[in-house]
Amino acid sequence: MAGEVRDASPALLEMRGITRTFPGVKALDRVDFSLRSGEIHALVGENGAGKSTLVKVLTGVHGAEVGEIRFGGARLAVRSPREAQTAGIATIYQEVNLIPHLSVAENLFLGRQPRKGLGLDWHGMHRRARDILRRFNLDLDVHTPVSAYSVAVQQLLCIARALDLSAKLLVLDEPTSSLDPREVEALFEWLRRLRAGGMAILFIGHVLDEILALSDRTTVLRNGRRVGTFPTAGLDRRILIGHMLGRSLDAVQGLETAPTPGIDSTGTPVLEARGLGRTPALRPFGLEVHRGEILGLAGLLGSGRTEAARLLFGADLPTSGGVLVDGKAVRIRTPRQAVKHGLAFCPEDRKVEGLLPGLTVWENIILVVQRRQSRWGRFRRRRLRRIAGTFMERLGIVPPDGNRAVKTLSGGNQQKVILARWLAARPRVLILDEPTRGIDVGAKVEIESLVKDLASGGMAVIFISSALEEVVRDAHTVVVFRDREVVACLKGDEATPDALFRAIAGGGRNG
Amino acid sequence: MGRRTSDVLSRPAFWVGAALLGLVLVNALVTPGFFEVRVVNGRLFCTPVDIVHQAAPVLLLALGMTLVIGTGGIDLSVGAVMAIAGALAAVLLTGTDLAVPWILVGVLGAGVGIGLVNGGLVSILGIQPIIATLILLTAGRGLAQLITGGHPVPFERPAFQALAGGALLGLPITCFIVAGVLAVAVGVTRHTAAGLYIQAVGDNEKAARLAGLPVRRIQFGVYGCLGLLSALAGMIEAADIKCADPSNCGLYLELDAILAVVLGGTLLTGGRISLVGSVLGALLIQTLTTTLLMSDIDVAYNLVVKAVAVLAVCGIQAPTIRGAIRSRMQRGKATQ
Repeated sequence: MAGEVRDASPALLEMRGITRTFPGVKALDRVDFSLRSGEIHALVGENGAGKSTLVKVLTGVHGAEVGEIRFGGARLAVRSPREAQTAGIATIYQEVNLIPHLSVAENLFLGRQPRKGLGLDWHGMHRRARDILRRFNLDLDVHTPVSAYSVAVQQLLCIARALDLSAKLLVLDEPTSSLDPREVEALFEWLRRLRAGGMAILFIGHVLDEILALSDRTTVLRNGRRVGTFPTAGLDRRILIGHMLGRSLDAVQGLETAPTPGIDSTGTPVLEARGLGRTPALRPFGLEVHRGEILGLAGLLGSGRTEAARLLFGADLPTSGGVLVDGKAVRIRTPRQAVKHGLAFCPEDRKVEGLLPGLTVWENIILVVQRRQSRWGRFRRRRLRRIAGTFMERLGIVPPDGNRAVKTLSGGNQQKVILARWLAARPRVLILDEPTRGIDVGAKVEIESLVKDLASGGMAVIFISSALEEVVRDAHTVVVFRDREVVACLKGDEATPDALFRAIAGGGRNG
Repeated sequence: MGRRTSDVLSRPAFWVGAALLGLVLVNALVTPGFFEVRVVNGRLFCTPVDIVHQAAPVLLLALGMTLVIGTGGIDLSVGAVMAIAGALAAVLLTGTDLAVPWILVGVLGAGVGIGLVNGGLVSILGIQPIIATLILLTAGRGLAQLITGGHPVPFERPAFQALAGGALLGLPITCFIVAGVLAVAVGVTRHTAAGLYIQAVGDNEKAARLAGLPVRRIQFGVYGCLGLLSALAGMIEAADIKCADPSNCGLYLELDAILAVVLGGTLLTGGRISLVGSVLGALLIQTLTTTLLMSDIDVAYNLVVKAVAVLAVCGIQAPTIRGAIRSRMQRGKATQ
């Protein structure tokens, strides 16, 4: 593959042909990955690309079905994060896992306090804690509860704790998500110092400028496959995004996927946002969607596309602006009000926000429609089950058994259950946030064609997707988000892959 | 094993029902006079009926508690609410000349009010249910003592006492109250969307909200219902002993009620509920107590035996143990 690095120097970590399947989806497909001592290696990719699965395989949370991991020259077979830690792999997750009201020293030695006789060796513990802090250049009082320090300092403390165990490899999973720019810089300075000391660092992130500034090499994953490993010095924002979205720079021009022609948008929009915004998540924006129109929301992860959808649906409260339905200003402060105005929303994380995992398929499907079906508050069980059955058949939900608990279905079928729930309610505007994420190819195609059918039947659809080709292929109009604001609105033929790509990648520091 | 059979076997309510049936059979064999029927003053006396009568307060609490637990909540204050209700009823009976029906309505209303306060703490202020209701568990009994002036209040009012001592068609009124509440609860949860809503909120509150369900109203509703049933249970207990005893009325009954719900197969994490299971659970607890009291076993062993029995029922419901039993049964079948 172009630009790929082949290096002869021995790798500290070597992962070969790692494959891992979850019901209905291949999370990792024959992924190779290698990491050297004294290197900061970034792992990037859109949602569902397989970043966290790869880390979980490495740290023993998941087992790999196929593939081999070699660490420090020997075969590594860890079955738990604890074993991984003993083997020399320290992992820091997004959220800080310290005990807030315990002191700095107690947190550093939690679970492995030095003992003296029957009691704890407090003096020894405090002395050794001070040694560790000095080694990491942290000026903290070992007696103070950690909650007295900023999140950034706590993050550093987490790292110090993890590294105290003679670690050779440090894994950081989006460590900057709760830090401000100054704190990020301090963390990076620290990581560079660790690198100079010979530590191997695996850095997972989605802020591209950070990755470009920090890492030596970058491995890009997409849809569970490795796109390639590149020396970061040879990358810029556009190339990196090209790899993440599956378009190399040259290929963008010659893309055969044609944009969907625009539709008549002279009438009153079904749904319109005016100056809708939420500080600091999203700058005020405007958009409109008409009957029969598919409106694509494009942008990278964290660009504001999901936040926009949540504001439209009343899932989050806006700090400015408002929403119009059929040209009339309406009050949508809760999802309940949104549903009353004919809106529907399939959230990005269907497990956390969409499914009722323990309830049955049919109950999940009729959850919204039952209100309109009931007469005098009566729950018309037989009628509702029939409706559920109709939609199960229409969407091809497998297995076709309404009495199963939803959690036993595959990802694609779970997604279809949530779609069925909203379709049964006959919404006028359907908002889909990454409906094709984490599901198998067959189901993706089915959902895409369903969306097109719905729009040609008169429904307005707002479609969020990380996959550029999906947006280009399906949307009549595309609104592009970048850095928490709307940066472009491309209508009909304007929405070429090239234009879209330019808008998404934007200026940026390295662009 | 057919699909249907294994479905039934995997239902916790089945196991608690089986345990109850087993216990009754054991009693029929070893406890003399367990099924003996006597008629005194036009009222039927026999142990099984007596068990239902004795269990009535816990049964009522368990039914309401099932709804609360179904939403993923819990209510520790039910015993204290019983004490408040009993105290309020006694003070109204002795201190005013209100008619008994008005007193009933007033106290039930107070119960609903207290339940709604719990619901508000949970749904609007977002306090964890166990903490929110702990407040009233602690304060409620004190409140009941304030109402009575710090001492038990005896009363004599046949119309009110009928709540516990009255009989209809030879059976205690309490049996009809329990049956009526059960019928209403099952009817409402099956024939309106309430059952689905409660289970949806308990299964995934975020998803329920995003589907446009009135999550707060559901939470208010279940705590309000439980407040109503606690007040009813409190009045029954007071009527039974013709006295409101703020320090003992409903003491520890919240624990029995929660235990009954769990035995009946409703998970404390919320979601799927089984009202019938909770009723069977409450009956199992009371049958066990009655059995031990009627047997020659030293009273001191009472609680220990009860704990062992509960452990056995919970154990048989545990997925790991059920899986082991099932695989053993299948292996047994394969070798035949």
